Amino acid sequence: MEKTMDLTLKVWRQKSANSTGTFETYGVKDVSEGSSFLEMLDTLSEDLVEKGKEPVAFDHDCREGICGSCSMTINGIPHGPEKATTACQLHMRHFHDGQTITIEPWRAKPFPVIKDLVVDRSPFDRIIQSGGFITSRAGSAVDANAIPISKATADYAMDAAACIGCGACVAACPNASAMLFTGAKVSHMNSLPQGKAEKDRRTLAMVATMDGEGFGGCTNVGECEAACPKSISLDMIAHLNRDYATAQIKNFFKPVA
Amino acid sequence: MNLDSKIPEGPLSEKWSSHKFNMKLVNPSNRRKYSVIVVGSGLAGGSAAASLAEQGYNVSCFCYQDSPRRAHSIAAQGGINASKNYQNDGDSVYRLFYDTVKGGDYRAREANVYRLSEVSSDIIDQCAANGVPFAREYGGLLANRSFGGAQVSRTFYARGQTGQQLLLGAYSALSKQIGLGKVKMFNRHEMLDLVKVDGHAKGIIVRNMATGELTRHASDAVVLATGGYGNVFFLSTNAQGCNVTAAYRAHKRGAGMANPCYTQIHPTCIPVHGDKQSKLTLMSESLRNDGRIWTPKDAEVAAKIRKGETDPNSVAEDDRDYFLERKYPSFGNLAPRDISSRAAKEACDEGRGVASTGLGVFLDFRDAIKRDGQNTIKERYGNLFDMYQCITGDNPYETPMMIFPAVHYTMGGLWVDYNLESTIPGMFVGGEANFSDHGANRLGASALMQGLSDGYFVLPYTVGNYLGKQGVADAGKVTTEHPAFAEAEANVKARTDKLLSIGGTESPRSFHKRLGHIIWEQCGMARSKEGLEGAIKDLQALRKEFWTNLRVVGDADGINPELERAGRVADFIEFGELMCRDALMREESCGGHFRVEHQTEDGEALRDDENFAFAGVWEYKGDDIEPQLHKESLIYENVELATRSYK
Ligand SMILES: Cc1cc2nc3c(=O)[nH]c(=O)nc-3n(C[C@H](O)[C@H](O)[C@H](O)COP(=O)(O)OP(=O)(O)OC[C@H]3O[C@@H](n4cnc5c(N)ncnc54)[C@H](O)[C@@H]3O)c2cc1C
Ligand code: SF4
Ligand code: FES
Repeated sequence: MEKTMDLTLKVWRQKSANSTGTFETYGVKDVSEGSSFLEMLDTLSEDLVEKGKEPVAFDHDCREGICGSCSMTINGIPHGPEKATTACQLHMRHFHDGQTITIEPWRAKPFPVIKDLVVDRSPFDRIIQSGGFITSRAGSAVDANAIPISKATADYAMDAAACIGCGACVAACPNASAMLFTGAKVSHMNSLPQGKAEKDRRTLAMVATMDGEGFGGCTNVGECEAACPKSISLDMIAHLNRDYATAQIKNFFKPVA
Repeated sequence: MNLDSKIPEGPLSEKWSSHKFNMKLVNPSNRRKYSVIVVGSGLAGGSAAASLAEQGYNVSCFCYQDSPRRAHSIAAQGGINASKNYQNDGDSVYRLFYDTVKGGDYRAREANVYRLSEVSSDIIDQCAANGVPFAREYGGLLANRSFGGAQVSRTFYARGQTGQQLLLGAYSALSKQIGLGKVKMFNRHEMLDLVKVDGHAKGIIVRNMATGELTRHASDAVVLATGGYGNVFFLSTNAQGCNVTAAYRAHKRGAGMANPCYTQIHPTCIPVHGDKQSKLTLMSESLRNDGRIWTPKDAEVAAKIRKGETDPNSVAEDDRDYFLERKYPSFGNLAPRDISSRAAKEACDEGRGVASTGLGVFLDFRDAIKRDGQNTIKERYGNLFDMYQCITGDNPYETPMMIFPAVHYTMGGLWVDYNLESTIPGMFVGGEANFSDHGANRLGASALMQGLSDGYFVLPYTVGNYLGKQGVADAGKVTTEHPAFAEAEANVKARTDKLLSIGGTESPRSFHKRLGHIIWEQCGMARSKEGLEGAIKDLQALRKEFWTNLRVVGDADGINPELERAGRVADFIEFGELMCRDALMREESCGGHFRVEHQTEDGEALRDDENFAFAGVWEYKGDDIEPQLHKESLIYENVELATRSYK
C-alpha cells in the first residue's frame, strides 16, 4: 500500500483582480504519496465543493510539465522545492505527513492576479509578438537540408527553445525581470542560420517590449535559473546582452528598418 | 445529409495539384474584406490562422488556455513523419501513403491520405525555415528515426519535445500576425455554440473564461481545430481541458460526426496508481525500439510481483513471456499500437498483469543496457527515464518500467470532404477534430503531420476557394445583429444558468469519472454488443442524473473551473452515447475498434470489407431521438484491401 499523509494548506484566495486577497487555511487528508501536487489540489477542490464552497482556481492543462500553464509558488519557491520540476510534475512523496504548505500565485507586478492562483501572463505573448519569430511564409521554404546546421548549434538552439513560458523566472526574480525568458527565445532564434536576417531587429524589439511591459532589469541574482523548471541557463541572458549590444551599435550607425 | 466527398478527378498523384489549379482565387486586395474565425491554436489552428492572415484575410483565433502556445499539441513527444527519403531507405510519397492507409486498417479516404503524404515534405521545410530546432546529424543534416511500426526511418524529431517545438513554430508565425494586427487573438475564450445563417456557418458564441462574459463573433467562414475527445474516458493522456464541446455543439447544429468509435489506445503509458489520479502519462513509443515487453508466464508469479514479494529481475528467462515477440515475430515489440495494446490487455486479463492494480506489463531495458551500455541508453532515453522516475519513484535503469495502455488519440471526428469542409457549408475542420486521414487507427508521428498539413497547406487554399465562391459582395454581410446570434447566445445563457441552478449534490468531476468508467469498460479496448447496449442505457441514466443532481458551486461571472468542467462533461455524456452507438453499429473489428464477436481464431481483428468499408456519419436529430446514420463508401482504387498482418 502506498503511504498517505495529512497536510495543512495555506492558500492564497482572491476573488478577482480588483479585490484584495488573503491566505485561507485548509486541511487535506489521506493524500497518497504517489499523487501529484495538482492531484492533491483536486482533492482539496472536491472537499470544498462538497461543503458548497468555491474551489481554488489555478491554471493547469497538460500536467506533464510541458505546456507551462501551471504556475504557483509553493513554500516560497516557484513550482516548489524539486529542482527542474513544474508544479504539475511535483509528487507528494517529496512532502511529509503533518506538513504545512503555503501556496501562492506568481508575485510580480507585470503578472497581476486574476483569481486565486491565476495570473495574467499576456506580457510574455506580447514580447514574442514584437519579434520572437522567424519570418517564413508557408510555401516559401527551401528544402530543409539545403541549410546544414551543425549538431552543436541545433543542440544549443534546442536547449534555449525548451522554455515553456511559465513565468517562474519572473516570479523568482527580486526585480521581476524577464531576461531569462526573453534571452531564451532570442538565443534560440538568433543562433540558427534561418534566424540571422532578423536578428538585430528581433533583439531590439523584444527588449523594448519587455521594458515597456514593466519587467525589471537583470542584476545577476540568478534566482531565475534556480527556479526554472526547464533548467534554462544564465548563458541565455549573456547571449541576449551580447546580441543587444551588437544590435545597438549597428543601430547607432545605421537605423534598423 | 450530403456526403459528397468532392474528391477531384484524375490520377491519385495529380488530384491535389489539379484541384489547386481549379480552385477559385481571391484577389489579394479583396482578401482584407473577408474575416475568418479559427477556433483552436494547436498545430492545426495555429498554422491555419497564421497562414490565412499571411494571405491577407482578417482572422480571429480562439483558445481556452491563457496563451495560444499552450495548446495540447505541445505535449507530443515522439516526432513527425515526412516522406523525404533523406535516409535513402526506400521511402516515397507512395510508401507513406500506403503505410497510412494500411495502418488505418483500410478505413481512410485514399485521396486525402495521398495529399497528406504529398505535402509532408513541405511541412518539414516550412518548420525548419521558421526555426524548429530539429535533431541533426554531425554533418548538419536532419536526423531521422523509425517510429511506431514503420520499416523506414521517416520520423523527424526535436529531442523528446517535437510537439512543443512544432507548436512554438506555429505560435511564433501566429504571434507575428497578431503583432501586425492581422490576427485578433482571444485567449481564455471557450466556444459554446456555432451560429448558422441561411445554412452557412457565420459565427460563434464564446464565453470569456476570465470575466464570464458571453460574446458574439461573426465571420465569413469558420474553422474548427479544437483537438480530440479522448477525455470522454476521464483518464487519458490528453490535457485536462481537452473537450468535445466545440465539435459537439457544431454537430448539434447539423455537422455530421464520423466514426466516433475509432479511438486509439496507446500501449506505453504509466499505469494508473489510485482513484485520485487525474491523468495518464504517455511514455514515448520510441522506448519500444530497445525495451522488451513481458509479463510472467505464470499468474502466481505475477501475483507475487504485485504484492512486492518477488523482484521482477529475479524472474528467470524461461519464466518470462515476451508476448509481442512471441505473437508477432517480424515486428516484435514494434507492433502497431492497437495490436500491442490489445496484447497487453489479454495478458492482464489472464491474471498475468503486474503493477499494484494488476493492470500493467513490463518494459524492460535490461538486455539493451547489457548490449549497448547504460550510457548509450541514457543518451537515447535519459529524459524519458527521468520523467518515469519523477512520476513513479522507480529507477528504470535498475528495475523494469511498468506500462499499460491508455487512451491517447481519437481518429473519429467531424466529417469533412476533400476540402476539409463539414456538412455545414462554410465550416471547416482541421487537425484531430476531423475524421479524415487515419481511418480506424493512426500510425505514430502522423497526427502532427496531419495537423500542420491541414493548417499550413490545405485550409489556406480551400477556405479561400469557399470565400471566393461566395463572392466579395457578400463579404462581411452577416453581422452579430442577425437574429441567429441572439438565438444562439440565449441558448448558451440558458444552459449555463441551468448548470448553475440544479443544486444537486454531485460534482462535475464525479460525473466525469463515472462516465469515463462506463466508456473505458464498454467502449475501450474490447467491445461487445451486450456491453455496448448496456452502456447506452447507463449513459442515458447518467445524463438524467447529471441534469438533476449536479452541483456547480460559484457563479458565471468569472473564472469558474467547476462550471467549465460541468459544460464539457454534459457534452461528453451525450457524445459517449454516440460513440457506443457507432461501436454497436460497426459489426466488425478494425484498427482501434475491436468487437469481441468479430475476431479470428487466434484473437486477431476481423474486418468485414464487404459490409463496412464506409465512414459512418451520424446526424443529430434531437435530444431523445436516435441519431441517423449516413454512409460514405470508401472506394479503394489504388490500394488493395488486405488483412493487416504483423506476424
Ligand atoms: C501525450 C501525447 C503525445 C503525442 N505524441 C505525438 C507524436 O509524437 N506524434 C504525433 O504525430 N502525434 C502525437 N500526439 C497526437 C497529437 O499531438 C495531436 O493529435 C495533435 O497535436 C492535435 O493537434 P490539434 O491542432 O488538432 O489540436 P490541439 O493541439 O489539441 O489544439 C486544440 C486547440 O483548440 C482549442 N480549443 C479546444 N476546445 C475549445 C473550445 N471549446 N473553445 C475554444 N478553443 C478550444 C484549444 O485551446 C487548443 O488551442 C500526441 C498526443 C498526446 C496526447
Ligand atoms: S525561462 Fe524557465 S522559468 Fe522562465 S518562462 Fe522559460 S521555462 Fe519558465
Ligand atoms: S500543467 Fe502543463 S506544465 Fe504544468
